Amino acid sequence: MRALDIKLFRDLVRLWAQALAIALVVGGGVATLLLAVGSYRSLDETRTAYYERYGFADVFATVRRAPKALVDRIAEIPGVAAVDARIAQLALLDIPGQSAPATGMVVSLPEVGEPKLNRLYMRAGRTPDPSREDEAVVNENFAEAHRFTLGSSFAAILNGRKRDLTIVGIALSPEYIYAVGPGDIMPDGRRFGVIWMSERALASVYDLEGAFSSVSLKLLPGTSEREAITRLDDLLDRYGGRAAYGRKDQTSHAWLDHELDMLNNMSRTLPPIFLLVSAFLVNLTLSRLVSLEREQIGLLKALGYRNTSIVLHYLKFVGIITSVGIVIGSVVGTWLGSYVTGIFADFFRFPFLLFTKSPDLYVAAAGLSLFAAAVGALRALREAVNLAPAVAMQPPAPPVFRRTLPLSLSLAGLVSQPTRMMLRNIARHPIRSSFTALGMSLATAILIVSLFTGGTMEQLIDVTYFLADRQDATVSFVEKRPREVAFQIARLPGVLNAEPYREVQVRVRNGHVERRIMIRARPRGAELNRIIDADLQPVVLPESGLAISDMLAKILKVRVGDTVEVDLLDGERRTVSLPVAALVEDYLGIRGIMDQEALAKLLREAPMANGVSVSLDRNRQDQFYTAVEDIPVVSSLALQAASLASFRDAVAILITTMSSIYTGLAAVIAFGVVYNNARVSLSERARELASLRVLGFRQGEVLRILLLELALLTLIAQPPGWAIGYGLAWIMKTNLAGELMRVRLVVEPATYVFASAIVIAAAVLSALIVRRRVNQLDLVAVLKTRD
Amino acid sequence: MSGVVFSAKDLTKTYVSGETQVHALRGVDLEIFAGEVVVMLGPSGSGKSTLLNIMGGLDHATSGELSFKDLRLTDLDDRGLTSYRRRHVGFVFQFYNLIPSLTAYENVALVTEISDDPMRPEEALALVGLEPRMHHFPAQLSGGEQQRVAIARAIAKRPEVLLCDEPTGALDSRTGVRVIDALMKVNAELGTTIVIITHNAVIQEVAHRVLFFSDGQISKAVTNEARRAVAELQW
Repeated sequence: MRALDIKLFRDLVRLWAQALAIALVVGGGVATLLLAVGSYRSLDETRTAYYERYGFADVFATVRRAPKALVDRIAEIPGVAAVDARIAQLALLDIPGQSAPATGMVVSLPEVGEPKLNRLYMRAGRTPDPSREDEAVVNENFAEAHRFTLGSSFAAILNGRKRDLTIVGIALSPEYIYAVGPGDIMPDGRRFGVIWMSERALASVYDLEGAFSSVSLKLLPGTSEREAITRLDDLLDRYGGRAAYGRKDQTSHAWLDHELDMLNNMSRTLPPIFLLVSAFLVNLTLSRLVSLEREQIGLLKALGYRNTSIVLHYLKFVGIITSVGIVIGSVVGTWLGSYVTGIFADFFRFPFLLFTKSPDLYVAAAGLSLFAAAVGALRALREAVNLAPAVAMQPPAPPVFRRTLPLSLSLAGLVSQPTRMMLRNIARHPIRSSFTALGMSLATAILIVSLFTGGTMEQLIDVTYFLADRQDATVSFVEKRPREVAFQIARLPGVLNAEPYREVQVRVRNGHVERRIMIRARPRGAELNRIIDADLQPVVLPESGLAISDMLAKILKVRVGDTVEVDLLDGERRTVSLPVAALVEDYLGIRGIMDQEALAKLLREAPMANGVSVSLDRNRQDQFYTAVEDIPVVSSLALQAASLASFRDAVAILITTMSSIYTGLAAVIAFGVVYNNARVSLSERARELASLRVLGFRQGEVLRILLLELALLTLIAQPPGWAIGYGLAWIMKTNLAGELMRVRLVVEPATYVFASAIVIAAAVLSALIVRRRVNQLDLVAVLKTRD
Repeated sequence: MSGVVFSAKDLTKTYVSGETQVHALRGVDLEIFAGEVVVMLGPSGSGKSTLLNIMGGLDHATSGELSFKDLRLTDLDDRGLTSYRRRHVGFVFQFYNLIPSLTAYENVALVTEISDDPMRPEEALALVGLEPRMHHFPAQLSGGEQQRVAIARAIAKRPEVLLCDEPTGALDSRTGVRVIDALMKVNAELGTTIVIITHNAVIQEVAHRVLFFSDGQISKAVTNEARRAVAELQW
């Protein structure tokens, strides 16, 4: 091995702790990228494959009762590749050992063969025997939540008649990846299940022999979905069709899309921040490390080494450190990526998982890290290499120190000499000191951006579950009922308050921008379903006009007072213009809200209700549930407490996992930065500190000079770190905002405290390690060598 | 004596150090001949080291001319000076300037690897009597031994000139004598031109010529008619 390479190797061995700390910073950045982008790509690819293999449809529609003969005409719609017609109805489920009825989506399976679209992946068992009316296949989430196995049974209230069903199969479906019940936000197997039964059985129960109530289409590539939907609507209209919709409005797909979008956005927001921060820190640290080699660089030049060989030597040095970091980051990132993919895949219950390898990511992450390291080294090298060797071999000329304050204000008497040394040292190197502080600010900032989601989610829960939708349960009906149904519900045992609501599908439009939403109408002065504005105050809805989600207003680019066009998709279809009367602060979905009378007038009907929100007397809940089961027209029962619990569960899986991992990586980066900072400071000032020891300073006193500076810079770095962290969190929140879910940025004081605590802990730990070094300073060597 | 190795005309050097300007050389004229041992004496700041650094291509002159044989050093850029140092010059510094992470052998190899016709490192180390300790790291060697490694490193590439800045400055008398002995041996056996800067007036007695510096100029030059043997030196 060449002597220069031996030097390289020994230098690396000597500096192993520092080199490892830098490598960890690099690794943190690389791991974040691989983790985030890798898991997103794997899940996205898995979903695509799942959709393809199991024939997930493109267009969906429900209808009251359409003859099967219509299927042929639907198939003739240009661009339609496949049509699947079936029976699908909501039903209450009576689960043994559970007082509140759950809600089921009951779907028919063809008598022969598989459905043409939305095919099942059988986890266990078989499909129902067409001749058996009591056999059912259930979705896995539902089965697991109730510990159902093959042979278990439960009851379903089908069209008002209670029927005992036996589970013969457990399945997954691309249509119910995200199996969310009506009125719920997150999948909850306890509250919602999908039940597949033979078509013959369901047709007889629902009086749909020779007919269907749900249809899905697969479109040929390049077909206009909009056009297909219009034509399908035309065909279904006279059979009580409710406006058809595409994947974008299909609940499971939309939520899955949102989750993947969120992952994707996260992967576009956090890793670049982490990677840039780590690149900056590596640049900073390596630059200082190479600066320390100034005298050796001078010597090598004196011995006749060319600048290129010297530069190459140090590039190798930083290259090796960075490469170690890249390897660590790749291994950890890939492992975390598959771990996270596994968690998400479990949550979504994908039948299989496709892990994608992403060589481009490795190259990008490695390239950026190496580039940053090289630039940092070159910055320091340029300075050293440009010096004449005679100058480089001398220690740098004593820097010009100045009094930091005018003499009259001097700190004499107030501040000890060591403190003065520290202050002057910071003031003398303003750029280095501010970069050092900036490095620690960034460490705090990335911790904040990893940690802030907790507080933000609590705010969402607060507003959604405790300020806006304060009901305990929501009862919805198969078909709309006269508004007076609310009185009937109010008389049920345990009901304290009952408010009817009417919901209608609409398309809302401003210019070219259009969204399909629900308008929900509620009685004036509703106490349970309230409208909350941006100041988190309940809003009194005007007698006419439409209140819309703030997010929807942004999408449509409208403000209060503007007019939007609304296509009513229920009953008598027509298009009306409505003024935007108020903006609603909500975080889940986009929607419109109207006064009940106003909507009834708009629909030209007597006030109707699709459901009733109720508040309950906790002691009489069970009696209420039993009573609800006996009302034949009830299609589903949503429980707010259960919904909140499943929301928290999902947040714990999807968000807390991610943020914990990011926090861990951020903490590693923070430690690497702070430790290196302390170590390099020590090297830079070793001679000065040893001289102080020679002058009779005690170890503790010398240590104090060094650590005071570290402590001061660490503390100074915190407030800017909070500000940068808040800014990064804001960027992330903005990038994550979607139509299905968005948040108001809330960074709790505890988040700032925790982030700073981690950085300060890293500083204390570094100080302890550095203390050992200070105690080992070689005093004799200082006396012997020059300077 | 044959051939002029160095010739300087009106050489000046001005440093800007911090906020002050230092006139380190104020017009130096000088010739040094092949095979000569020249000792430079003078108080701190008199310009000896500055001149030596410029002669060695470690620093640039502010004005004036300096040639090494036919090569005008004052016209060379950084790259030119590097290859000049690489081919022709060996250095010995007061504080040895060994690379701490390399053994004695490897420190010498550092130079032999980039030279055209070097000795083997062990050969160079044998010349300074350090062959037995060649696998020791600098920290395991005494000051005198370290300085002899530095000499071995300097001569291993068979340079035409050896420039020594206070080679005994950090050493005690006995060790210092051994170092001077090693230098004289190199001069005698390889015919290398040697320029030595020292504060130690005793060393002048081994030189062919002694140059006295004061205030950035050569104030006096003395040629030794009779050189003392190294063994007789004592301080």
